[in-house]
Amino acid sequence: MDNESQYSGYSYKSSHSRSSRKHRERRDRHRSKSRDGSSRGDKSVTIQAPGEPLLDAESTRGDERDDNWGETTTVVTGTSEHSVSNEDLTRASKELEDSSPLECGRFVGPVLSGVLGVFALLTPLAFLLLPQLLWRDALEPCGTPCEGLYVSLAFKMLVLLISSWALFLRPPRATLPRFFVFRCLLMALVFLFVASYWLFYGVRVLEPRERDYRGIVGYAVSLVDALLFIQYLALVLLEVRHLRPAFSLKVVRSTDGASRFYSVGHLSIQRAAVWLLDHYYTDFPVYNPALLNLPKSVLSKKMSGFKVYSLGEENSTNNSTGQSRAMIAAAARRRDNSHNEYYYEEAEMERRVRKRKARLVVAVEEAFTHIKRLQEDEASSPKHPREVMDPREAAQAIFAPMARAMQKYLRTTRQQPYHSMESIITHLQFCITHNMTPKAFLERYLAPGPTVQYQREKASRGRQWTLVSEEPVTSALRQGQVFSLRRLDFSLVVTVTPLPFLTLGEEFIDPKSHRFVMRLQSETSV
Amino acid sequence: MSFIPGQPVSAVVQRIEIHKLYEGDNLILGFSIGGGIDQDPTQNPFSEDKTDKGIYVTRVSKGGPAEVAGLRLGDKIMQVNGWDMTMVTHDQARKKLTKKNEDVVRLLVTRKSLEETVRQSMMQH
Repeated sequence: MDNESQYSGYSYKSSHSRSSRKHRERRDRHRSKSRDGSSRGDKSVTIQAPGEPLLDAESTRGDERDDNWGETTTVVTGTSEHSVSNEDLTRASKELEDSSPLECGRFVGPVLSGVLGVFALLTPLAFLLLPQLLWRDALEPCGTPCEGLYVSLAFKMLVLLISSWALFLRPPRATLPRFFVFRCLLMALVFLFVASYWLFYGVRVLEPRERDYRGIVGYAVSLVDALLFIQYLALVLLEVRHLRPAFSLKVVRSTDGASRFYSVGHLSIQRAAVWLLDHYYTDFPVYNPALLNLPKSVLSKKMSGFKVYSLGEENSTNNSTGQSRAMIAAAARRRDNSHNEYYYEEAEMERRVRKRKARLVVAVEEAFTHIKRLQEDEASSPKHPREVMDPREAAQAIFAPMARAMQKYLRTTRQQPYHSMESIITHLQFCITHNMTPKAFLERYLAPGPTVQYQREKASRGRQWTLVSEEPVTSALRQGQVFSLRRLDFSLVVTVTPLPFLTLGEEFIDPKSHRFVMRLQSETSV
Repeated sequence: MSFIPGQPVSAVVQRIEIHKLYEGDNLILGFSIGGGIDQDPTQNPFSEDKTDKGIYVTRVSKGGPAEVAGLRLGDKIMQVNGWDMTMVTHDQARKKLTKKNEDVVRLLVTRKSLEETVRQSMMQH
């Protein structure tokens, strides 16, 4: 969901948070440096503009870039204000991109929207100050009503600032391939408003040196009102509209068939894709390529088909197709036995896994009994001088007896690429520190967890996905659409179905209508 | 002996004539009935179709007039003296059977074995 992306509202950022903005920038820069090590891509965008978000002018980039999906979620295009120059920007940013593939192109959008935002926020103040500076003596004195208006202006601007901080100043989490239509719309709207207000102000107030100061203050207040309403519009379009569920997405992973259903609201395809991927990382078990293949013994039986010798005509295609067809038919008949082998192989595999698991559980339980937490009062007692260890050493001490069982188990379940010895010891240390039982320690290894759990192990740069769709990705979700999200070695196929329309009827039951009788079975003798 | 609501019921019946016996002040027939449209048909141990709400013979007293006349346990009574017994309440059935001014009751009863007998005899031809 693009919630996190910033965008237009950005405009409401203002001097108030300038200092905090600096801190943010510094923080973000540091974070981006450590991006390689960090697994959560989200806040590590090194955007110096506040609120990094959005609108990434590079939009049409596509995915050959290695940028992290987890990083800037900018929606392309933030800079719709200069609608004509958008293409230039895109082109320029594309060139920028090619030259320095990391972040330069990304910032054009956020910077522009930031500038627009600051400009919009300073405008009311400028409206108020300019007459004072330029023709102060000629102004009519304006007493209490003006002060009332000042107060209301101040409070409205405060509300504007706080809400834009809350809503818009969030680091983006994804980069979308095309424009985010609503954001462009909002940016355009903001620009239009501010420009028209300035136009009117310039022509009617600055030129003739208007003397009615109260009117000018009223005008500034009306601008702030308009900005508040635009923010309300932004809130509704960007945050609220897609909250009511309207479609059900079925996501199936192409390699091993893991599937889930999700309910989403009205989104465009690209936003739905981002939302989906957020949930993919926490819901789907990690993709383990080693688990996909049928055990060799089963397959080899199938492979050993018939050897067909062609007597005579070797080069005629007719014969070869006939030959292959005969082979296929024969193989089909023969395949009747391989399911048997598959079944037994599966049963054997399961038995093996269970045996190893039992050994592992016992070993871990035993290992955990070797250490216990030192109580405070025991520390000073000289009766039992024991060597006091910190969690790391304790973990290393008890790792030895369980190491072999653990390794064998991981190998049987083909999980060993995901867990190095170092990571196991770290996890053990973590569990010991938090007083976890052996079972809690083992939950990480006994079942394949969601992908986000393994992010540190895998390379954390470039969580890059390709959105493959037959329709333009900014079009809204519709019934029967199919699109897929592709990675290098697998893809997620998504099917859209609308949620059914519910006709809810009503039936009133009078509480007094609940009455019962005994079932009769009488027998009469006559 | 299944029936379809709304359609005429056809069954192979046997005519049984029972002469009532005086026992003290009462006229008795020597059997007990169960069933009726106000009763629970699923409790009937004799019916094949558990939605059948007809009147069934649930007990025949030994040596009584009913046994002598040929009534058997589990028979379904279809008519009593011309009165229909397939769609009556339990009490109505009892009343029809125990009219004080009647000495004889002529019943039409049906049972499963009757149908089989008829079918077998028809097959022999």
